[in-house]
Amino acid sequence: MAAAKTERLMNLLIMLLVQRGFVTKDRIRDVLYPSSSDEAFEKMFERDKEELRSLGVPVEVGSIDPYFDDEPGYRISAEQFALPPISLTADEAAVVGLATRVWEHASMAEATTEAVRKLTAAGIDVDVSALEIASPRLSAEESSFDAFLRATQERQQVEFDYRTSRAAEPATRHLQPWGVARYAGRWYVVGFDTDRQDERVFRLSRVVGDARLVGEPGAFDVPEGTDVSAIARRLAPAPPTGRVALLVRRGAGHSLRRTAAEVEYAVTGPDGSTDWDRVVLTRLPYDLAGEVMAHGPDAYVEEPEDLRKQVVARLREVVER
Amino acid sequence: MTRPAPSGAKEQVARLLTLVPYLHAKGTGAVRLDEASRDLGVPANQLVKDLRVLFMCGLPGGYPDDLIDVDIDALVDPEGDRVIRVSNADYLARPLRLTPTEATAVIVALRALRSGAVSEETRDVVDRALAKLEQAAAEGAAASRVDPGEDAVDPGLARLRADLQRAVADRRQVRISYWVPSRDEESERVVDPRGVVSHRGVDYLDAWCHSAEAPRSFRLDRIGSVEVLDSPVATPPAAPRDLSDGFFTTGHDVMVVTLRVAPEARWVTEYYSAVDVRPLPDGGVEVDLHVADERWLIRLLMRLAPYAEVVGHPEFTERFAETAARALSLYGADA
Repeated sequence: MAAAKTERLMNLLIMLLVQRGFVTKDRIRDVLYPSSSDEAFEKMFERDKEELRSLGVPVEVGSIDPYFDDEPGYRISAEQFALPPISLTADEAAVVGLATRVWEHASMAEATTEAVRKLTAAGIDVDVSALEIASPRLSAEESSFDAFLRATQERQQVEFDYRTSRAAEPATRHLQPWGVARYAGRWYVVGFDTDRQDERVFRLSRVVGDARLVGEPGAFDVPEGTDVSAIARRLAPAPPTGRVALLVRRGAGHSLRRTAAEVEYAVTGPDGSTDWDRVVLTRLPYDLAGEVMAHGPDAYVEEPEDLRKQVVARLREVVER
Repeated sequence: MTRPAPSGAKEQVARLLTLVPYLHAKGTGAVRLDEASRDLGVPANQLVKDLRVLFMCGLPGGYPDDLIDVDIDALVDPEGDRVIRVSNADYLARPLRLTPTEATAVIVALRALRSGAVSEETRDVVDRALAKLEQAAAEGAAASRVDPGEDAVDPGLARLRADLQRAVADRRQVRISYWVPSRDEESERVVDPRGVVSHRGVDYLDAWCHSAEAPRSFRLDRIGSVEVLDSPVATPPAAPRDLSDGFFTTGHDVMVVTLRVAPEARWVTEYYSAVDVRPLPDGGVEVDLHVADERWLIRLLMRLAPYAEVVGHPEFTERFAETAARALSLYGADA
């Protein structure tokens, strides 16, 4: 039952937190698991410790008697357990509150919300709308984002299949990831490529399938002074720039018009009518072809040619399905 | 805004480790149940359940004095004053340290926010908050090695938001052009702005609309232009409405639609709140989404084409294919 287990986890946490020094396993068993068999106790205690650790509770193992290391003890240091004192002024607390809206990515959004709950334990009584600030939206559409972020965090090696261009066959690569960077609307991972024995940058959208974490956490060190953003900018190909010209039906294609560099009204469209506007873009979104296709027969790619081809090919696949 | 709380023991421990420091910071006997529910985003009945468990916890002595004391009667008795009183739990008064992932997530989000600050003063506030966080909570975090880039902010939207907020503060009317997706048309209207509010990550202007002669909410990303007028608002000032969960769903028939999604488009499961996600052997997923509007669904399928298809519902598949065919026909000979 959840309530009984919560109670046991809380009591274990409190017991290890308020004790001075390490608590022996025997004592823990006597107090918290009195009616369990040896085997059941071992299993439950292992799992309970791990659950507390996964919440971020630092359960330490140590030796009670320095001369006999056969009797392990456990403790939670109050210093390690608690958030260091942090006092945010009202307006600082307000921007921290706003941080919960930034990630458009489920696991990062959840982690941010948890962090903000802890940081603003006293609650935020602030009118956020008074701040002159726009909420950015940080998305990570690439499905391997979580794996690379975790590997960066844990300093764990990653193995993945990577396609260098649309046409190429994917090849298996091995990387010690130093960090991830978003550049021109795309996420990149930067690190040491153990196959090529050199630093490399990979575009996450070109990773095929799942990225796999291999080996132990803490397997490598990130070189002192590594500037992830600088490496990404240096090694990543220049962002797609240049001019994209779309024809958009009058009154439609709002999301495309918003970022337009220029709009020319009442031009002749692909259907021969003049119900169209030419919308020119220079800031290009993550999946421009998809962005255009979302507008169905209300948006049409004039140029460049490769975007046109991409849209036509993707639409044809649906029609011929 | 509250959402149903996850039911596991681990989640309950996490909630308790947030609840006790929260109550402690507010001061004994200072927080009512409904207030705590709102601040913590946990339903009130769940809070009572959590507190009942807390009542059973305490120091390992086994004496009554060792237990944490919770005044349950005040919360459940019909005569009770609904004030949360917890004592004898001082050792849990400080919030739990951030996990490395939490620290990374919040610090990177704040760095992205920094680029959205319209004024120098606001940027200073973000910098101060960041400095405190990096000092107190960044240990073990990889935040310094995650760069959110500088393009997370839509500068147009930032300006628009600042203009609207100024109009709210000055109590002036604004003329907006607004795009209505269901009719796919843009119309102009004059509104008395009441505030910019956020709901599920989307920003809205709440206002009295003089065209509709009723209060209306406008999605900021669908507002084309804003002109702050010299005329003062014509309706009595009112606080923006709370766009709680019920606000958008009532009156609509929301159905659950299942999509089969290829790996290339798997990001939809992160982007939209999915009811359920089931991995497929080919690396793709089957995802159940709430759909309130067929047009929205077709638009999503078109955006993902050809990497997603509807499971069942032949009428949607047909609409989707027909829309794709019409779009393709624009390309004439190239198609």
